[in-house]
Amino acid sequence: MRALAARCPVTHVELPDGSTAWLVTGFSEVREVLIDQRYSRALVYASDRPRQGLDYILAESLMGMDPPEHSRLRKLVASAFTEKRMQALRPEVTRIVDSLLDDMIAGPRPADLVRSFSLLLPSRVICSLLGVPPGDIDTFHGWSNTLFADWSRSMDELAEAYLAINGYMADLVARKRQEPADDLISVLIDARDSGDKLTEAELVRFCFGLLMAGHETTANQLNMSFVALCHHPEELDRLRADPGLIPVAVEELLRFVQMTGKGSIPPARITREEVRLGGVTIPAGESVLTLSSIANRDPVAFQDPNRLDVLREPKTHVAFGAGTHHCLGAQLARMELQEGFRGLLTRLPGLRMAVPLSAIEFREGHLLASMRELPVTWDDP
Amino acid sequence: MTWRVRVDTGLCIGSGMCAATAPDRFALDADQHSRPVRELIDEDESVRDAAASCPVEAISVTDAETGAPVALD
Repeated sequence: MRALAARCPVTHVELPDGSTAWLVTGFSEVREVLIDQRYSRALVYASDRPRQGLDYILAESLMGMDPPEHSRLRKLVASAFTEKRMQALRPEVTRIVDSLLDDMIAGPRPADLVRSFSLLLPSRVICSLLGVPPGDIDTFHGWSNTLFADWSRSMDELAEAYLAINGYMADLVARKRQEPADDLISVLIDARDSGDKLTEAELVRFCFGLLMAGHETTANQLNMSFVALCHHPEELDRLRADPGLIPVAVEELLRFVQMTGKGSIPPARITREEVRLGGVTIPAGESVLTLSSIANRDPVAFQDPNRLDVLREPKTHVAFGAGTHHCLGAQLARMELQEGFRGLLTRLPGLRMAVPLSAIEFREGHLLASMRELPVTWDDP
Repeated sequence: MTWRVRVDTGLCIGSGMCAATAPDRFALDADQHSRPVRELIDEDESVRDAAASCPVEAISVTDAETGAPVALD
């Protein structure tokens, strides 16, 4: 893949299902596809194209829309996820990090980083932001796993999980309508009821999407970043010696770590008209796939791209995508990763993997590189 | 009404949100940072969308005559 990126930023490929697509791996070419509206997300779900599994959900979500429909909904939530809002939320995130670490310190060693920290941090934060009762986390985590993580599930199982979570959300929205609180669900209910800015179905789907989108992604980035640091002990030592470097290191780790699972195919775009990209001509109506993790290692854009350098001067990368679908939770994820690493590296001395890399199992058939377990241990304070 | 559009390059993270939402109004430089194509423009809904969607609120839209901020929602 890396050799492909270096030689050829855009390649015509055949996919496992026999269809063909244009695979884009160059950094500037990936940015171009994600930003230029001649590459459409909505056309992927046009009625004359086959749909399967998750397509039914994505087609109706923000991820399946183009501007201006996309802009109408996106800006309703964008204001809740801005840099300023996230800075205001930082003390609450620090508090959650500390309470998770208190539990880890009081518990046995080795501990599983996945279940005792990485998954709990983003779920507790998004519950607090949305106004979802924290006691419901386990319930919706099961649904989210079925829907977004495990590709081996049948259509019936997917549909069942989808209906269950939609029902749960509809109930929660009804309760919040009676008793509004200082949370995002209440803000969205108000946008619907006093501004008529979205439909009831959009409101429920939105709350559901926000609840689901944040968790596995941030958890995996945390796990994979920690493993990457363990394999670059000098870089890890630098962060321990100066935790002030953590925000810069988080950007480098976002660029460096590969998040997609083995065999997963990224969301496609369809060309609205004939386009020129990276020296090739792509006809109208063709499927275009962008590989962000390869683009983030493009030697044209990043010097010595395969080296992890926590001191690297931050530059725009595409770990959060780009353009209209640039990750809504990007600033939230950055802050969670910063606070997460600050807590792990300052409160758990000598934190390290308790098993070799070869013993780490990844879940098969997952969209994201999802670890079953990440046993870690640390020294007495 | 004539609007004045500005991008704070110190805040811009190069998400490309504005260049995708209002391609005639914003352009990206070599570092992927955004700048308005023209600072003074006629009212334009897509610019309002772009400013309201910017993840770091780097875009300011004001009434060119009075300097008052334009409501984004």
